[in-house]
Amino acid sequence: MELGVDSLGIVAIISIFVGAVVTIQTALNIEDPLIPDYYIAIATRESIVLEFSPTIVSLILAGKVGSNIASTIGTMRVTEQIDALDVMGINSASYLILPKIIACVLFNPVLIIFSIFLGLFGGYIAGDLAGMISHHDFTMGLQMSFDQFYIVYALTKTVVFAFLITSISAFYGYYVKGGALDVGRASTLAVVNSSIALIISNYLLTEIMLS
Amino acid sequence: MIEVRDIKKAFGDDEILKGISVKFEAGKTHLVIGRSGSGKTVFIKSILGLHEINSGEIFFDGVSLGEMDKKNRLQLRQEIGMVFQGGALFDSMTVEENVMFPLNMFTEKTYEEKLERVNFCLDRVNLNDSNLKLPSELSGGMQKRVAIARAIALNPKYLFCDEPNSGLDPDTSIVIDQLIKEITEEFGITTIINTHDMNSVLEIGEHIILLKQGYKVWEGTKEEVLITRNKDVEEFVFRSKLFKKVREALIK
Repeated sequence: MELGVDSLGIVAIISIFVGAVVTIQTALNIEDPLIPDYYIAIATRESIVLEFSPTIVSLILAGKVGSNIASTIGTMRVTEQIDALDVMGINSASYLILPKIIACVLFNPVLIIFSIFLGLFGGYIAGDLAGMISHHDFTMGLQMSFDQFYIVYALTKTVVFAFLITSISAFYGYYVKGGALDVGRASTLAVVNSSIALIISNYLLTEIMLS
Repeated sequence: MIEVRDIKKAFGDDEILKGISVKFEAGKTHLVIGRSGSGKTVFIKSILGLHEINSGEIFFDGVSLGEMDKKNRLQLRQEIGMVFQGGALFDSMTVEENVMFPLNMFTEKTYEEKLERVNFCLDRVNLNDSNLKLPSELSGGMQKRVAIARAIALNPKYLFCDEPNSGLDPDTSIVIDQLIKEITEEFGITTIINTHDMNSVLEIGEHIILLKQGYKVWEGTKEEVLITRNKDVEEFVFRSKLFKKVREALIK
């Protein structure tokens, strides 16, 4: 849970600025004067809700949280702390990994909702500052033809991604052999492989839920 | 008492333990000595059940480890204390939390009762003002002492120590050795220590076994180790000129 709270800062910064950039780029690409301004807000909303917040923020979390989990558990393995748990008769995998999976599965959706709000807020501010879309038009666009299922889709993806990030990272940390160098290697592998798993599952979930 | 009968352990094609049999009596300090790579750590971890043995049998007070069900194994685990080479203290926990950890996991005691036990164990290892320190704030010797305190928190019947003196200065090594010996005698524990520290061998080695390339090549007491003509003991223990001189003086 602490890891999730620690990630609030980076999620906030990235979400606000990406939301701002998506709004500006969309506005710049809509050159036709017949297309109303509020379409910029609609495009921003769909980009943030469907893809940026659940997928890109999860990829960022795969780097931050995944490497932390792999290196923490890996260090416990090479310093024999996991052996100490096993000798005491404690199921070390369950004791160390399960709480992390539960915490991530519960807290990542909170982070993603937070990211969606901040991404849209970034677009709201940046669009007006750049003189591309007024607050009124942006708010109207956000409310227009909104499909609530997109939120279900985003949160379902988030829960699946959270499970993949924690379980893959924990696997690499738990089975590390050797010393500090191997912990670093396991941490890198954890981030790379959980990112790949995340991208593939993103495609599969999109096929299943939106096709 | 722990009895090991003809245990063999291999990792793939690499056979580490090649049929070791030995008895470890209660209330004594048993030392397993041998060069690095001789199989000492694998031997101790096999007895603990951290490595599954390929063949042979291990008996704890006459009961075979292989025939114990999950419940009995869990019960046995609570009767085992282990001091790892690096201490293996949980580095996110304070000294007090580390020692209290097994009590939290396996007893129904109140916090006050657990704290009393923690303070008793820390007092026993002469560490009574470090409760709230983190392991990173302690010296190597202090970390080993906390590890011993944690190992004895549940009043174990069996105590295993993997190179408890490695990385420690001679003074601290002697303190740790004496502490383990005192605890062993005081509580009638079966203690097995992996070491290649010859000072420990001569100080506390009531029963010593020498491992070489996965075989037990010699067994005896600290008095016998000084006078034996066993070639492997001579090669391992008396390679140092100082020990050679000690031995010659004793034989004379």
